[in-house]
Amino acid sequence: MTSLKFQVSSFKFLALFAFLSLAVVSLVGCASVAGVVASAGQAAGVITPEQAESINKSAQAVEKTFQDITPEQEYYIGRSVAATVLVTYKPYDNKKANDYLNVLGQTLSQFGTKPETFGGYHFVLLDTDEINAFSAPGGLVMISRGMIRLCKNEDELAAVLAHEIGHVENQHGLRAIRKGRLTSALTTLALEAGKNLGGSELAQVTQAFEGSITDITGTMMNSGYARTTEFQADKSAVSIMTACGYNPAALVGMLQEMQKRWVPNGPGFGHTHPEPSVRIAEIQKQIGGASAAAEPSVRVNRFKEMMGGV
Amino acid sequence: MRSLLRLWLVAGFLAGAATAFGDASAAMSVQVKNGQIRATPSFLGKVVAPLSYGDRVQVLETRNDWMNVTGPGGQSGWVHSSALTKKKIVMSSGSQDVQTGASGDELALASKGFNSDVEADFKSKNKNVDFTWVDRMEKFKVSPQEMKEFLKDGGVKSSEGGAP
Repeated sequence: MTSLKFQVSSFKFLALFAFLSLAVVSLVGCASVAGVVASAGQAAGVITPEQAESINKSAQAVEKTFQDITPEQEYYIGRSVAATVLVTYKPYDNKKANDYLNVLGQTLSQFGTKPETFGGYHFVLLDTDEINAFSAPGGLVMISRGMIRLCKNEDELAAVLAHEIGHVENQHGLRAIRKGRLTSALTTLALEAGKNLGGSELAQVTQAFEGSITDITGTMMNSGYARTTEFQADKSAVSIMTACGYNPAALVGMLQEMQKRWVPNGPGFGHTHPEPSVRIAEIQKQIGGASAAAEPSVRVNRFKEMMGGV
Repeated sequence: MRSLLRLWLVAGFLAGAATAFGDASAAMSVQVKNGQIRATPSFLGKVVAPLSYGDRVQVLETRNDWMNVTGPGGQSGWVHSSALTKKKIVMSSGSQDVQTGASGDELALASKGFNSDVEADFKSKNKNVDFTWVDRMEKFKVSPQEMKEFLKDGGVKSSEGGAP
Protein backbone atom coordinates (compact mmCIF):
# COMPACT_ATOMS: atom_id res chain seq x y z
CA MET A 1 0.00 0.00 0.00
CA THR A 2 2.77 2.35 0.91
CA SER A 3 4.56 1.57 -2.29
CA LEU A 4 1.35 2.16 -4.31
CA LYS A 5 0.89 5.48 -2.58
CA PHE A 6 4.44 6.34 -3.44
CA GLN A 7 3.84 5.45 -7.09
CA VAL A 8 0.74 7.62 -7.22
CA SER A 9 2.47 10.60 -5.71
CA SER A 10 5.51 10.22 -7.95
CA PHE A 11 3.14 10.03 -10.91
CA LYS A 12 1.50 13.25 -9.74
CA PHE A 13 4.90 14.80 -9.49
CA LEU A 14 5.77 13.72 -13.04
CA ALA A 15 2.56 15.16 -14.43
CA LEU A 16 3.14 18.42 -12.61
CA PHE A 17 6.70 18.50 -13.84
CA ALA A 18 5.61 17.96 -17.45
CA PHE A 19 3.07 20.74 -17.15
CA LEU A 20 5.52 23.13 -15.55
CA SER A 21 8.18 22.36 -18.19
CA LEU A 22 5.79 23.31 -20.94
CA ALA A 23 4.78 26.46 -19.13
CA VAL A 24 8.39 27.45 -18.63
CA VAL A 25 9.23 26.80 -22.28
CA SER A 26 6.42 29.04 -23.47
CA LEU A 27 7.38 31.75 -21.00
CA VAL A 28 11.01 31.76 -22.06
CA GLY A 29 9.84 31.92 -25.65
CA CYS A 30 8.22 35.32 -25.31
CA ALA A 31 9.46 37.15 -22.25
CA SER A 32 12.82 38.85 -22.24
CA VAL A 33 14.50 41.88 -20.76
CA ALA A 34 14.52 43.37 -24.23
CA GLY A 35 10.79 42.98 -24.54
CA VAL A 36 10.27 44.81 -21.25
CA VAL A 37 12.57 47.64 -22.31
CA ALA A 38 10.92 47.99 -25.70
CA SER A 39 7.41 48.09 -24.32
CA ALA A 40 8.45 50.61 -21.66
CA GLY A 41 9.89 52.84 -24.39
CA GLN A 42 6.75 52.52 -26.41
CA ALA A 43 4.54 53.35 -23.40
CA ALA A 44 6.61 56.46 -22.72
CA GLY A 45 6.00 57.57 -26.30
CA VAL A 46 9.72 57.70 -27.06
CA ILE A 47 9.56 55.20 -29.85
CA THR A 48 6.94 53.98 -32.30
CA PRO A 49 5.41 50.51 -32.05
CA GLU A 50 7.41 49.49 -35.15
CA GLN A 51 10.64 50.62 -33.55
CA ALA A 52 9.71 48.82 -30.35
CA GLU A 53 9.24 45.68 -32.40
CA SER A 54 12.63 46.20 -34.02
CA ILE A 55 14.37 46.74 -30.70
CA ASN A 56 12.72 43.61 -29.39
CA LYS A 57 14.20 41.64 -32.23
CA SER A 58 17.61 43.31 -32.20
CA ALA A 59 18.01 42.98 -28.46
CA GLN A 60 17.21 39.29 -28.69
CA ALA A 61 20.04 39.13 -31.18
CA VAL A 62 22.35 41.07 -28.88
CA GLU A 63 21.57 38.69 -26.06
CA LYS A 64 22.89 35.90 -28.25
CA THR A 65 25.97 38.02 -29.16
CA PHE A 66 28.47 36.94 -31.81
CA GLN A 67 26.71 33.67 -32.53
CA ASP A 68 24.25 35.71 -34.51
CA ILE A 69 26.82 37.06 -36.89
CA THR A 70 25.67 35.55 -40.16
CA PRO A 71 28.12 33.74 -42.45
CA GLU A 72 27.82 36.68 -44.86
CA GLN A 73 28.82 39.17 -42.16
CA GLU A 74 31.61 36.88 -40.98
CA TYR A 75 32.81 36.91 -44.60
CA TYR A 76 32.94 40.72 -44.71
CA ILE A 77 34.72 40.87 -41.35
CA GLY A 78 37.22 38.28 -42.62
CA ARG A 79 37.95 40.21 -45.82
CA SER A 80 38.83 43.36 -43.90
CA VAL A 81 40.86 41.41 -41.32
CA ALA A 82 42.89 39.80 -44.13
CA ALA A 83 43.34 43.13 -45.92
CA THR A 84 44.57 44.67 -42.64
CA VAL A 85 47.05 41.83 -42.02
CA LEU A 86 48.30 42.37 -45.60
CA VAL A 87 49.19 45.97 -44.74
CA THR A 88 51.89 44.67 -42.37
CA TYR A 89 52.82 41.48 -44.26
CA LYS A 90 53.03 41.63 -48.04
CA PRO A 91 51.78 38.64 -50.05
CA TYR A 92 54.35 36.42 -51.73
CA ASP A 93 53.44 36.37 -55.40
CA ASN A 94 54.48 32.88 -56.47
CA LYS A 95 51.73 31.23 -58.51
CA LYS A 96 53.07 27.69 -58.30
CA ALA A 97 53.46 27.79 -54.53
CA ASN A 98 50.13 29.54 -53.91
CA ASP A 99 48.28 27.09 -56.18
CA TYR A 100 49.74 24.13 -54.33
CA LEU A 101 48.94 25.76 -50.99
CA ASN A 102 45.30 26.16 -52.08
CA VAL A 103 44.89 22.63 -53.36
CA LEU A 104 46.23 21.25 -50.09
CA GLY A 105 44.41 23.76 -47.86
CA GLN A 106 41.04 23.65 -49.59
CA THR A 107 41.13 19.85 -49.65
CA LEU A 108 41.86 19.76 -45.92
CA SER A 109 39.09 22.25 -45.18
CA GLN A 110 36.52 19.83 -46.59
CA PHE A 111 37.29 17.42 -43.76
CA GLY A 112 36.61 19.88 -40.94
CA THR A 113 33.42 20.60 -39.05
CA LYS A 114 32.67 23.70 -41.14
CA PRO A 115 33.64 22.83 -44.69
CA GLU A 116 31.30 25.40 -46.18
CA THR A 117 31.79 29.03 -45.28
CA PHE A 118 30.17 31.93 -47.10
CA GLY A 119 33.12 32.67 -49.38
CA GLY A 120 35.08 29.43 -48.93
CA TYR A 121 38.65 28.82 -47.79
CA HIS A 122 41.50 30.54 -49.61
CA PHE A 123 45.22 30.57 -48.84
CA VAL A 124 48.15 32.83 -49.62
CA LEU A 125 51.84 33.01 -48.71
CA LEU A 126 53.28 36.02 -46.92
CA ASP A 127 56.65 37.42 -47.96
CA THR A 128 58.35 37.38 -44.57
CA ASP A 129 61.00 35.29 -42.82
CA GLU A 130 59.04 35.54 -39.61
CA ILE A 131 57.52 32.21 -38.54
CA ASN A 132 53.80 32.90 -38.47
CA ALA A 133 50.37 32.14 -39.87
CA PHE A 134 47.04 33.96 -39.63
CA SER A 135 43.47 33.00 -40.34
CA ALA A 136 40.78 35.59 -40.87
CA PRO A 137 37.13 34.74 -40.10
CA GLY A 138 35.39 32.89 -42.90
CA GLY A 139 38.51 31.16 -44.18
CA LEU A 140 41.15 33.57 -45.54
CA VAL A 141 44.40 31.96 -44.37
CA MET A 142 47.86 33.52 -44.65
CA ILE A 143 51.13 31.60 -44.10
CA SER A 144 54.60 33.15 -43.91
CA ARG A 145 57.53 31.95 -46.04
CA GLY A 146 59.41 31.46 -42.78
CA MET A 147 56.74 29.01 -41.69
CA ILE A 148 56.90 27.12 -45.00
CA ARG A 149 60.69 26.74 -44.70
CA LEU A 150 60.15 25.10 -41.34
CA CYS A 151 57.96 22.39 -42.87
CA LYS A 152 60.02 19.36 -43.84
CA ASN A 153 57.27 17.79 -45.93
CA GLU A 154 53.66 17.97 -47.14
CA ASP A 155 52.31 16.33 -43.99
CA GLU A 156 53.82 19.05 -41.80
CA LEU A 157 52.46 21.77 -44.08
CA ALA A 158 49.07 20.03 -43.87
CA ALA A 159 49.40 20.27 -40.07
CA VAL A 160 49.99 24.05 -40.21
CA LEU A 161 47.06 24.59 -42.55
CA ALA A 162 44.77 22.30 -40.53
CA HIS A 163 45.60 24.30 -37.38
CA GLU A 164 44.59 27.52 -39.15
CA ILE A 165 41.39 25.89 -40.48
CA GLY A 166 40.76 24.94 -36.84
CA HIS A 167 40.79 28.62 -35.87
CA VAL A 168 38.31 29.37 -38.67
CA GLU A 169 35.85 26.59 -37.89
CA ASN A 170 35.88 27.41 -34.17
CA GLN A 171 35.35 31.10 -35.02
CA HIS A 172 38.23 32.19 -32.80
CA GLY A 173 38.57 35.47 -34.67
CA LEU A 174 34.97 36.47 -34.02
CA ARG A 175 35.34 35.53 -30.35
CA ALA A 176 38.14 38.10 -30.07
CA ILE A 177 35.65 40.91 -30.76
CA ARG A 178 35.32 42.91 -27.55
CA LYS A 179 32.11 42.27 -25.65
CA GLY A 180 29.56 44.99 -26.30
CA ARG A 181 31.27 46.11 -29.49
CA LEU A 182 28.42 44.89 -31.65
CA THR A 183 25.55 45.94 -29.44
CA SER A 184 25.16 49.47 -30.76
CA ALA A 185 25.59 48.36 -34.35
CA LEU A 186 22.97 45.68 -33.98
CA THR A 187 20.47 48.10 -32.51
CA THR A 188 21.04 50.56 -35.33
CA LEU A 189 20.67 47.82 -37.87
CA ALA A 190 17.43 46.66 -36.30
CA LEU A 191 15.97 50.14 -36.22
CA GLU A 192 16.87 50.57 -39.85
CA ALA A 193 15.49 47.22 -40.93
CA GLY A 194 14.44 47.19 -44.55
CA LYS A 195 15.94 50.60 -45.30
CA ASN A 196 19.25 51.67 -46.71
CA LEU A 197 21.44 52.97 -43.94
CA GLY A 198 21.69 56.74 -43.87
CA GLY A 199 25.00 58.55 -43.36
CA SER A 200 25.04 58.62 -39.57
CA GLU A 201 23.75 55.07 -39.16
CA LEU A 202 26.25 53.77 -41.68
CA ALA A 203 29.01 55.63 -39.83
CA GLN A 204 27.92 54.01 -36.58
CA VAL A 205 27.88 50.53 -38.09
CA THR A 206 31.23 51.13 -39.79
CA GLN A 207 32.65 52.22 -36.44
CA ALA A 208 31.57 48.92 -34.88
CA PHE A 209 32.99 47.14 -37.91
CA GLU A 210 36.36 48.92 -37.66
CA GLY A 211 36.46 48.20 -33.95
CA SER A 212 35.83 44.52 -34.62
CA ILE A 213 38.66 44.40 -37.19
CA THR A 214 41.02 46.07 -34.69
CA ASP A 215 40.03 43.60 -31.95
CA ILE A 216 40.67 40.60 -34.21
CA THR A 217 43.90 41.74 -35.89
CA GLY A 218 45.25 42.98 -32.54
CA THR A 219 44.66 39.55 -31.02
CA MET A 220 46.05 37.64 -34.00
CA MET A 221 49.15 39.77 -34.55
CA ASN A 222 50.01 41.10 -31.10
CA SER A 223 48.45 39.68 -27.98
CA GLY A 224 47.68 36.15 -29.25
CA TYR A 225 44.76 33.91 -28.41
CA ALA A 226 44.39 32.22 -25.05
CA ARG A 227 46.36 28.98 -24.62
CA THR A 228 43.14 26.96 -24.56
CA THR A 229 42.17 28.51 -27.91
CA GLU A 230 45.43 27.31 -29.46
CA PHE A 231 44.93 23.87 -27.94
CA GLN A 232 41.46 23.78 -29.48
CA ALA A 233 42.84 24.66 -32.93
CA ASP A 234 45.44 21.88 -32.52
CA LYS A 235 42.68 19.47 -31.57
CA SER A 236 40.70 20.41 -34.69
CA ALA A 237 43.89 20.05 -36.75
CA VAL A 238 44.31 16.46 -35.55
CA SER A 239 40.68 15.64 -36.47
CA ILE A 240 40.96 17.25 -39.90
CA MET A 241 44.28 15.55 -40.71
CA THR A 242 43.01 12.17 -39.57
CA ALA A 243 39.78 12.45 -41.58
CA CYS A 244 41.65 13.63 -44.67
CA GLY A 245 44.23 10.86 -44.41
CA TYR A 246 47.33 12.69 -43.18
CA ASN A 247 49.23 11.42 -40.16
CA PRO A 248 48.43 13.76 -37.24
CA ALA A 249 51.86 13.00 -35.79
CA ALA A 250 53.15 15.47 -38.40
CA LEU A 251 51.72 18.24 -36.20
CA VAL A 252 54.04 17.08 -33.43
CA GLY A 253 56.95 16.97 -35.89
CA MET A 254 56.18 20.53 -36.93
CA LEU A 255 55.97 21.74 -33.35
CA GLN A 256 59.30 20.08 -32.55
CA GLU A 257 60.87 22.22 -35.29
CA MET A 258 59.18 25.27 -33.83
CA GLN A 259 60.47 24.37 -30.37
CA LYS A 260 64.04 24.53 -31.71
CA ARG A 261 63.41 28.13 -32.75
CA TRP A 262 61.37 29.07 -29.73
CA VAL A 263 62.19 32.47 -28.27
CA PRO A 264 59.73 33.40 -25.51
CA ASN A 265 58.12 36.70 -26.43
CA GLY A 266 60.19 36.76 -29.60
CA PRO A 267 58.70 37.96 -32.88
CA GLY A 268 55.98 35.91 -34.59
CA PHE A 269 54.74 32.77 -32.89
CA GLY A 270 57.00 33.32 -29.87
CA HIS A 271 54.84 36.30 -29.07
CA THR A 272 51.40 34.95 -29.80
CA HIS A 273 51.48 31.20 -29.12
CA PRO A 274 52.06 28.92 -26.14
CA GLU A 275 55.44 27.16 -26.05
CA PRO A 276 55.46 24.31 -28.62
CA SER A 277 56.43 21.70 -26.01
CA VAL A 278 53.28 22.52 -24.05
CA ARG A 279 51.19 22.12 -27.20
CA ILE A 280 52.89 18.81 -27.99
CA ALA A 281 51.99 17.49 -24.54
CA GLU A 282 48.34 18.45 -25.14
CA ILE A 283 48.26 16.85 -28.60
CA GLN A 284 49.79 13.65 -27.31
CA LYS A 285 46.88 13.30 -24.91
CA GLN A 286 44.76 13.03 -28.06
CA ILE A 287 46.93 10.92 -30.37
CA GLY A 288 49.24 9.10 -27.99
CA GLY A 289 52.83 8.61 -29.01
CA ALA A 290 52.12 8.00 -32.73
CA SER A 291 55.14 8.77 -34.85
CA ALA A 292 55.34 10.19 -38.35
CA ALA A 293 55.38 7.60 -41.10
CA ALA A 294 57.40 7.78 -44.30
CA GLU A 295 55.52 9.54 -47.09
CA PRO A 296 55.09 8.10 -50.58
CA SER A 297 57.74 9.49 -52.95
CA VAL A 298 55.13 11.32 -55.08
CA ARG A 299 54.15 13.38 -52.07
CA VAL A 300 57.77 14.06 -51.11
CA ASN A 301 58.62 15.14 -54.65
CA ARG A 302 55.65 17.42 -55.24
CA PHE A 303 56.26 19.22 -51.96
CA LYS A 304 59.89 19.79 -52.93
CA GLU A 305 58.94 20.95 -56.40
CA MET A 306 56.23 23.37 -55.30
CA MET A 307 57.71 24.69 -52.06
CA GLY A 308 61.43 24.07 -52.51
CA GLY A 309 62.07 27.57 -53.81
CA VAL A 310 60.05 29.36 -51.13
CA MET B 1 -5.83 11.56 -10.33
CA ARG B 2 -7.59 10.92 -13.64
CA SER B 3 -7.50 14.61 -14.50
CA LEU B 4 -3.78 14.67 -13.80
CA LEU B 5 -3.31 11.69 -16.08
CA ARG B 6 -5.22 13.54 -18.79
CA LEU B 7 -3.11 16.61 -18.26
CA TRP B 8 0.03 14.56 -18.57
CA LEU B 9 -1.21 12.98 -21.78
CA VAL B 10 -2.10 16.39 -23.23
CA ALA B 11 1.34 17.69 -22.30
CA GLY B 12 2.93 14.71 -24.02
CA PHE B 13 0.76 15.21 -27.10
CA LEU B 14 1.68 18.90 -27.31
CA ALA B 15 5.37 18.12 -27.05
CA GLY B 16 4.98 15.48 -29.76
CA ALA B 17 3.06 17.86 -31.99
CA ALA B 18 5.79 20.48 -31.61
CA THR B 19 8.40 17.96 -32.72
CA ALA B 20 6.30 16.80 -35.65
CA PHE B 21 5.81 20.40 -36.73
CA GLY B 22 9.57 20.94 -36.54
CA ASP B 23 10.17 18.00 -38.85
CA ALA B 24 7.48 19.03 -41.30
CA SER B 25 8.97 22.49 -41.85
CA ALA B 26 12.15 21.06 -43.35
CA ALA B 27 12.76 23.88 -45.79
CA MET B 28 16.20 25.41 -45.37
CA SER B 29 18.13 28.29 -46.95
CA VAL B 30 21.54 28.28 -48.60
CA GLN B 31 23.79 30.49 -46.42
CA VAL B 32 26.93 30.47 -48.58
CA LYS B 33 27.73 32.50 -51.68
CA ASN B 34 28.09 29.47 -53.96
CA GLY B 35 26.57 26.18 -52.85
CA GLN B 36 26.49 22.84 -54.60
CA ILE B 37 24.14 19.88 -54.77
CA ARG B 38 26.26 16.75 -55.07
CA ALA B 39 25.55 13.27 -56.36
CA THR B 40 26.86 11.64 -53.18
CA PRO B 41 27.21 12.78 -49.55
CA SER B 42 30.86 13.69 -50.06
CA PHE B 43 32.86 16.77 -51.05
CA LEU B 44 34.55 14.66 -53.60
CA GLY B 45 31.17 13.80 -55.10
CA LYS B 46 30.19 15.16 -58.50
CA VAL B 47 28.35 18.49 -58.51
CA VAL B 48 24.81 17.98 -59.80
CA ALA B 49 23.59 21.58 -59.62
CA PRO B 50 24.79 24.91 -58.25
CA LEU B 51 22.92 26.77 -55.51
CA SER B 52 22.86 30.50 -54.84
CA TYR B 53 22.80 32.39 -51.55
CA GLY B 54 19.25 32.51 -50.22
CA ASP B 55 17.95 29.58 -52.32
CA ARG B 56 15.37 27.45 -50.48
CA VAL B 57 15.80 23.69 -50.49
CA GLN B 58 13.53 20.92 -49.18
CA VAL B 59 15.32 18.48 -46.90
CA LEU B 60 14.33 14.87 -47.58
CA GLU B 61 16.83 13.05 -45.40
CA THR B 62 19.75 13.74 -43.08
CA ARG B 63 22.81 11.49 -42.96
CA ASN B 64 25.51 12.60 -40.52
CA ASP B 65 26.48 16.09 -41.67
CA TRP B 66 24.90 15.73 -45.08
CA MET B 67 21.36 16.49 -46.18
CA ASN B 68 19.55 15.00 -49.13
CA VAL B 69 17.62 17.90 -50.62
CA THR B 70 15.55 19.01 -53.55
CA GLY B 71 16.75 22.33 -54.94
CA PRO B 72 14.70 25.18 -56.40
CA GLY B 73 15.20 23.76 -59.90
CA GLY B 74 13.88 20.37 -58.83
CA GLN B 75 17.30 18.65 -58.76
CA SER B 76 17.91 16.29 -55.88
CA GLY B 77 21.19 15.48 -54.22
CA TRP B 78 23.38 16.10 -51.20
CA VAL B 79 24.39 19.35 -49.50
CA HIS B 80 26.64 19.67 -46.44
CA SER B 81 24.73 21.00 -43.43
CA SER B 82 27.23 23.84 -42.90
CA ALA B 83 25.95 25.41 -46.14
CA LEU B 84 22.35 25.51 -44.88
CA THR B 85 20.41 27.43 -42.26
CA LYS B 86 16.86 27.19 -40.98
CA LYS B 87 16.68 30.98 -41.20
CA LYS B 88 14.88 32.44 -44.15
CA ILE B 89 17.11 34.75 -46.13
CA VAL B 90 15.30 37.53 -47.91
CA MET B 91 16.84 39.21 -50.91
CA SER B 92 16.54 42.96 -50.70
CA SER B 93 15.26 44.55 -53.88
CA GLY B 94 17.73 46.46 -55.98
CA SER B 95 20.70 45.23 -54.02
CA GLN B 96 23.03 42.30 -54.33
CA ASP B 97 23.26 42.16 -50.61
CA VAL B 98 20.85 40.11 -48.73
CA GLN B 99 18.70 40.74 -45.73
CA THR B 100 18.09 38.07 -43.20
CA GLY B 101 14.42 37.47 -42.57
CA ALA B 102 13.70 39.25 -39.34
CA SER B 103 11.06 37.23 -37.63
CA GLY B 104 11.22 35.91 -34.09
CA ASP B 105 13.82 33.22 -33.56
CA GLU B 106 14.70 33.23 -37.24
CA LEU B 107 16.32 36.60 -36.73
CA ALA B 108 20.06 36.70 -37.10
CA LEU B 109 21.02 40.31 -37.54
CA ALA B 110 17.93 42.26 -38.34
CA SER B 111 18.32 43.76 -41.75
CA LYS B 112 21.60 44.56 -43.35
CA GLY B 113 24.69 43.87 -41.34
CA PHE B 114 28.32 44.21 -42.20
CA ASN B 115 28.02 44.19 -45.96
CA SER B 116 29.60 45.64 -49.08
CA ASP B 117 28.34 49.14 -48.15
CA VAL B 118 30.09 48.93 -44.80
CA GLU B 119 33.22 47.51 -46.45
CA ALA B 120 33.21 50.42 -48.94
CA ASP B 121 32.86 52.88 -46.05
CA PHE B 122 35.69 51.11 -44.20
CA LYS B 123 37.88 51.32 -47.33
CA SER B 124 37.23 55.03 -47.76
CA LYS B 125 38.29 55.64 -44.15
CA ASN B 126 41.34 53.38 -44.33
CA LYS B 127 43.05 54.21 -47.59
CA ASN B 128 46.16 52.22 -46.65
CA VAL B 129 44.18 48.99 -46.53
CA ASP B 130 44.32 47.37 -49.96
CA PHE B 131 41.84 44.65 -50.95
CA THR B 132 43.55 43.69 -54.23
CA TRP B 133 45.09 40.54 -52.80
CA VAL B 134 41.98 39.61 -50.84
CA ASP B 135 40.08 39.62 -54.15
CA ARG B 136 42.88 37.61 -55.76
CA MET B 137 42.81 35.09 -52.92
CA GLU B 138 39.12 34.49 -53.49
CA LYS B 139 39.89 33.48 -57.06
CA PHE B 140 41.97 30.51 -55.88
CA LYS B 141 39.35 27.81 -56.38
CA VAL B 142 39.93 24.08 -56.38
CA SER B 143 37.38 21.70 -57.92
CA PRO B 144 36.27 18.41 -56.31
CA GLN B 145 37.99 16.60 -59.18
CA GLU B 146 41.32 18.34 -58.47
CA MET B 147 40.99 17.48 -54.77
CA LYS B 148 40.26 13.87 -55.57
CA GLU B 149 43.27 13.61 -57.87
CA PHE B 150 45.51 15.42 -55.40
CA LEU B 151 44.66 12.94 -52.64
CA LYS B 152 44.94 9.94 -54.96
CA ASP B 153 48.25 11.01 -56.53
CA GLY B 154 49.76 11.70 -53.13
CA GLY B 155 48.60 8.39 -51.68
CA VAL B 156 46.51 10.22 -49.05
CA LYS B 157 43.74 7.87 -47.99
CA SER B 158 40.82 9.66 -46.38
CA SER B 159 38.79 7.82 -43.78
CA GLU B 160 35.55 9.64 -44.59
CA GLY B 161 34.08 11.66 -47.40
CA GLY B 162 36.26 9.64 -49.70
CA ALA B 163 35.80 8.86 -53.33
CA PRO B 164 32.20 7.94 -54.14
